[in-house]
Amino acid sequence: MEGILKVAMPGLILVVEALVLLLVALLHVAYTTYAERKIIGHMQQRLGPNRVGPRGLLQPIADVLKLLTKEDIVPLGTEKTLFYLAPFISLVAGATSLAVIPVWEKFALANVNVGLLVILALSSLSSYGVILSGWASNSRYAFLGGLRASAQVVSYEVAMALSLVGVMLMAGSMNLAEIVKAQVASPFKVYAIPQIVGFFVFMISAIAETNRVPFDLPEAETELVAGYFVEYSGIRFGLFYLAEYFGMVVMSAVAVTCFLGGWSGPFEIPGVPFFWFLVKLYALLFFYIWVRATLPRYRYDQLMGLGWKLLIPLSLLNILITGLIKLWV
Amino acid sequence: MAPTVEIHRKQIGHPEWDEPFVVNMGPQHPSTHGVLRLFLELDGETIVGCDPRIGYLHRGLEKLSENLTYSQALVLTDRLDYISSAANNTGYCLAVEKLLGLSVPRRARLLRTIVCEMARISSHLLWLATHALDIGAMTVFLYCFRDREWLLDIYEKICGARLTVSYTRIGGVRLDFTPEIVEELYRFTEEFPARITDYETLIDVNRIWLKRTKGVAVVPPEKAINMGLTGPSLRGSGVPYDVRKFKPYDAYDEVEFEVPVGRNGDTYDRYRVRMEEMRQANRIIRQCLDKLPETEGEPVVAEGAPDLLMPEKKKSPQAVPHPKKGFLVKGAEVPVVPEGEVYVSIEAPKGELGYYIVSDGSGKPWRVRVRAPSFVHISAIPEMVKGHMVADIIAVIGTLDVVLGECDR
Repeated sequence: MEGILKVAMPGLILVVEALVLLLVALLHVAYTTYAERKIIGHMQQRLGPNRVGPRGLLQPIADVLKLLTKEDIVPLGTEKTLFYLAPFISLVAGATSLAVIPVWEKFALANVNVGLLVILALSSLSSYGVILSGWASNSRYAFLGGLRASAQVVSYEVAMALSLVGVMLMAGSMNLAEIVKAQVASPFKVYAIPQIVGFFVFMISAIAETNRVPFDLPEAETELVAGYFVEYSGIRFGLFYLAEYFGMVVMSAVAVTCFLGGWSGPFEIPGVPFFWFLVKLYALLFFYIWVRATLPRYRYDQLMGLGWKLLIPLSLLNILITGLIKLWV
Repeated sequence: MAPTVEIHRKQIGHPEWDEPFVVNMGPQHPSTHGVLRLFLELDGETIVGCDPRIGYLHRGLEKLSENLTYSQALVLTDRLDYISSAANNTGYCLAVEKLLGLSVPRRARLLRTIVCEMARISSHLLWLATHALDIGAMTVFLYCFRDREWLLDIYEKICGARLTVSYTRIGGVRLDFTPEIVEELYRFTEEFPARITDYETLIDVNRIWLKRTKGVAVVPPEKAINMGLTGPSLRGSGVPYDVRKFKPYDAYDEVEFEVPVGRNGDTYDRYRVRMEEMRQANRIIRQCLDKLPETEGEPVVAEGAPDLLMPEKKKSPQAVPHPKKGFLVKGAEVPVVPEGEVYVSIEAPKGELGYYIVSDGSGKPWRVRVRAPSFVHISAIPEMVKGHMVADIIAVIGTLDVVLGECDR
């Protein structure tokens, strides 16, 4: 008995940890939607949700319950398997990326040595959900949305990966915890200052990766109605929605880890080692929301132009300069 | 352009590589401004062909008004361009007044000019809101609605209705302004220019906005005239045609205002023209308000204007000569409205709005025909979007400022 327990214990702990992390992340995602509606509401001179619970705080829960009880409509002529699978691909890829993020010094669910690569791989994978849903829906709007998504992801994936190369060069590691430690040891404490170009490119590509305004072309409401998930209803639609917000949280977490010094802060808060991580995360999430309230949407060709003509050359230049400095200093 | 049937056949037929990708945009679509339906033939993201379909909002308003008296038909005009109903009312009333040979008291003319310009501002605000929302700027939408709400509240104080006002009536207006309304309007005109500046700071300095509007859907002046564009859509191309200047009606000859024109004829210029027009409209309201005290105590309806319960037929009280036989007869029918036909056009917020009315002498119009700017503008869409991207089509629908209630009638 004891022998079995000894063998199973680490696994059990891992499962519990994973569940806790998932639960916390889900809560974050749910309340990001609430915060978004509330913040945009105030920016636009209206109230935002304020009916369900005190100050509308139960709104996300009510939304999920509503979506769960909705009829699950699968239109005729869809590619059933892919149609069912697509939202899960998006969501799972988004949620899995959280595993490698070091929330504080002693906690990362999976402290892998190629953390950055895992994140890049998973974020590419999540676009399969978008592309497949666009293909499987047998709808022209969804198809156009899917096409736009694939083009967008391909071009911005490159820019994003290149912008992270500077960080890898400076830290000399792809392990996210190591990157944070290297940052704390560096003269500026954060990589956002020496890697300002990389940070800029990363933030823009992150917005594009998560299909947010001003790069929300795949789901451009006023052009493609809802883009790739136009045929989805009920909780399947909800899953796409969740995936988008998971993407936001993950991308912000990566930015915090790679550019803003992760869990480190100007002083320590006793008992809450992940305090600074969360503060930075929330600040970046606020940035996402702020951008959404401010900017119009790019056109397809302008989006491609921005990606290939500005962001990729910029990040390449950034790599070159970082490499040269690294070589001589 | 291929006829509809053929496009349908292409849609259900076996897909071949050389066949166009057809998207049926509308009538249920978030940004076709009502129930416009467009068949888009796409090559990737580029529009190869576009075929607008209209008629989803057809209520037969022109035919309906043949069965109502002139006074009753007035309320139908509210439902044309429901965003600026006061302008529609005015155009219709002007046409009937021309038929009747009525001259409207000055106070009523001033009041009409005020509500017309209020309609222009509220229409342009709605246009800016939806145009910006279509292009993706969400905040402008709500800012504009906030200010439009103010105007609608003033309308409510003036006549009790917010959207379908029916404020004007044949020969004048229905009610005089109370001092409270004048005060409120003064407050509005004082604050509104700052609000316009607010919107401009939101989008006019935004690079994405400029990229999405500059050089998009360029219409050279000759082409704009040939396509029959009117109103701000025409003036954006640099043609300074404005009915208010060329054929002043109501109190427009008394007030000073400028007609803003664009230079390049692109979406951005049309946007600038409309923004400037809002400022000018504000100026006109202000001038009319200043003139109101001069006309204090004047009636707001012309002498001899038909009542709301105007008769369909009228019998003469005295004996009149029989039209054919020449001797005097008692109780013969006399025309309620003189026989004849008139055409009157006004500068509605969307463009030139014309009313063509034929009278056969009875209390009901024999024929009413509305020259709706939106109808003409929709026919210009295919020409304007060809070769552009999918995202531009909504910019074009937005920039032409079409409203389907007016197009389908």
